[in-house]
Amino acid sequence: MAMQEATYRDALRMALSDAMSFDDSVIVMGEEVGRYGGAYGVTKDLIAEFGPERVIDTPISEAAIVGTAVGAAMTGLRPVAELMYVDFIGMTMDQLANQAAKIRYMFGGQIGVPMVLRTQGGTGRSAGAQHSQSLEAFVMHTPGLRLAMPATVDDAYHLLRQAMTQPDPVVFIEHKSLYTMKAPLNPNAEPVGWGQANVLREGDDLVMVTYSRQVHYALAAAQTLQTDHDISAAVVDLRTLNPLDFETIRPLVENAGKAMVISEAVLTCGVAAELAARITEECFDFLEDPVVRVAGEDIPISVSPLLENNSVPTPELIIETAKKMFV
Amino acid sequence: MKNSTLPELYEEMRRVRTFEERVGELFVRGQSAGSMLHLSIGEESAAVGVCASMRDGDTFTTHHRGHGIFLARGADPNRMMAEIAGKQNGYCQGKGGSMHIADMGLGHLGANAIVGGGIPAVVGAGLSARHTQSGAVSVAFFGDGATGQGILYESMNMAALWNLPVMFVCINNQYGMGTRIDQATANPNLHERAEAFGLAARTADGLDVEEVVDAAGVLLDGARSGKPAFLAIDCYRFYGHARKDKSPYRTDSEEEEGRKKDPLIHARGKLMASGLMSEADINALDARVAVEMDASIDFAVAGQEPQMASMFRDVYDAAQPEPEPVRTRIDRVLAQG
Ligand SMILES: Cc1ncc(C[n+]2csc(CCOP(=O)(O)OP(=O)(O)O)c2C)c(N)n1
Ligand SMILES: [Mg+2]
Repeated sequence: MAMQEATYRDALRMALSDAMSFDDSVIVMGEEVGRYGGAYGVTKDLIAEFGPERVIDTPISEAAIVGTAVGAAMTGLRPVAELMYVDFIGMTMDQLANQAAKIRYMFGGQIGVPMVLRTQGGTGRSAGAQHSQSLEAFVMHTPGLRLAMPATVDDAYHLLRQAMTQPDPVVFIEHKSLYTMKAPLNPNAEPVGWGQANVLREGDDLVMVTYSRQVHYALAAAQTLQTDHDISAAVVDLRTLNPLDFETIRPLVENAGKAMVISEAVLTCGVAAELAARITEECFDFLEDPVVRVAGEDIPISVSPLLENNSVPTPELIIETAKKMFV
Repeated sequence: MKNSTLPELYEEMRRVRTFEERVGELFVRGQSAGSMLHLSIGEESAAVGVCASMRDGDTFTTHHRGHGIFLARGADPNRMMAEIAGKQNGYCQGKGGSMHIADMGLGHLGANAIVGGGIPAVVGAGLSARHTQSGAVSVAFFGDGATGQGILYESMNMAALWNLPVMFVCINNQYGMGTRIDQATANPNLHERAEAFGLAARTADGLDVEEVVDAAGVLLDGARSGKPAFLAIDCYRFYGHARKDKSPYRTDSEEEEGRKKDPLIHARGKLMASGLMSEADINALDARVAVEMDASIDFAVAGQEPQMASMFRDVYDAAQPEPEPVRTRIDRVLAQG
């Protein structure tokens, strides 16, 4: 297959379809994934292609969906379960954190749980306090779980394919505002490796470390900073938060001496807190400024679009913050 | 008990339907906060029939399709519509929206966007009622889809074990999003599950609001005296799950058949057959309701956006400091250098 225009949503669907064609043990299960085609359309038509035995519509039973995936993964299948909104992760947290994440370790390495839990999070649709959160820290805080968060069409495809070959449970969090984003996609291209960050923009003055939708905000901000303010900012897309590719971040920060971590999740104890701590500890001698966290406000998300949009970082906030680092 | 005569029940059902139609209009006009708007058209008898038997002081929670239930418990349609538009003058100051309307004054402990999320709170409210001997019942309204959630069974068991003044109301509109009830459960006789836990349980036909009133009345009386209850109400979800869903997963003929289960048309027929109201009376009533509900759109559209300063308010009690804005933090951090 050659280069083609695809949306983030198409790329995810292609990844599922290609993996299912390639590996008969891959099954997809979740609420509305079959006949309905997924709440955000990611699994559209998969049921026609692979049948209801491999594309399984479930009742609204998140805990059991994840637990079923755990059992299937322990016994030879490669389940890709869908959690319609990451906000429902609390309902699955025992199966995820006490079962999926612990089984390899507490059973002395006898068996792994090679499952993927696909879900989506973030703001942008006036979906309110219980459907707009960024809860990746819950996952990153749990040893035993891997965590991938694609920002680009390319990664929607390649990162999901890679997730489906991991030996351990992967939580794969998409962003609800990226589904319609379009870009050229080559499914046959050599992808960036699993666990490797991607430097999407080089820069000597400041390093922006981010993931998911904020990658696009950071790139837009970096462009403005260059053209309007003569500030050269690098942008690192982490792609996976566990594994975390610190070795890509280190030389960039050592070179620039200034780092900013950008995340849509709430500031306190968010992923950005871990990243900022890590950079501070490991690059301490090279830093000219404290590592700054540009993150979501420590509040729930409102249904009002005005409040919603101001609850998370915007390109403007990133630019404003970067400028303050150079006064 | 209010709204117990058929003309009153009909009027209340018409108010619910017209309100929901106006919610649809608000969305089409681009004035709603988002598209996650779940209309209860076709299920008016459930909301109106149960609420007619509730009393002042009773509390309740609803699912995401809860506009009609709250209207039937006395909500102001203006403030509801304003909330659905995400405006400052809405019930929750534009923070909650369609799926999170609540009003403690009217006993509404909250609508919920988590399927099953509001169910256990009524068990807690039942404990409060017993402790304070208030005589109140607490009612959980939820959809058939919530029967997939374990928390329903945990809650029913506790309510039965402790003989609490609680009622579980399952509005069975045959669908959870695109999944028909028989595709989600092997035994669709939902009340049997409640019986297994020791609750008084029944299924009522939502076509006839008076049947719902009767069933709910008996069960609520029982619940008030410590016999928790479960009522399933059979109806049909006339339109898509949310505003953007065109229901491609079901046939036109199924929808046509399903929409024959219309509690308003049924009540209208009964009103005229019994001579309680003439067709002209009914049409005049409908027109009056339309005027009331039109006004709710005007109210919502004219409402102010929430103030930016309100963003950090109500995360904690008003006497506590508000969370520090990210900008303030950044400024302080960078001021060190
Ligand atoms: C825990 C949880 N899982 C899934 C969803 C997504 N979702 C919202 S409504 C819905 C269907 C609910 O069906 P039902 O309970 O029958 O209520 P209805 O929409 O028919 O009124 C689903 C799956 C959710 N909001 N919460
Ligand atoms: Mg339903």
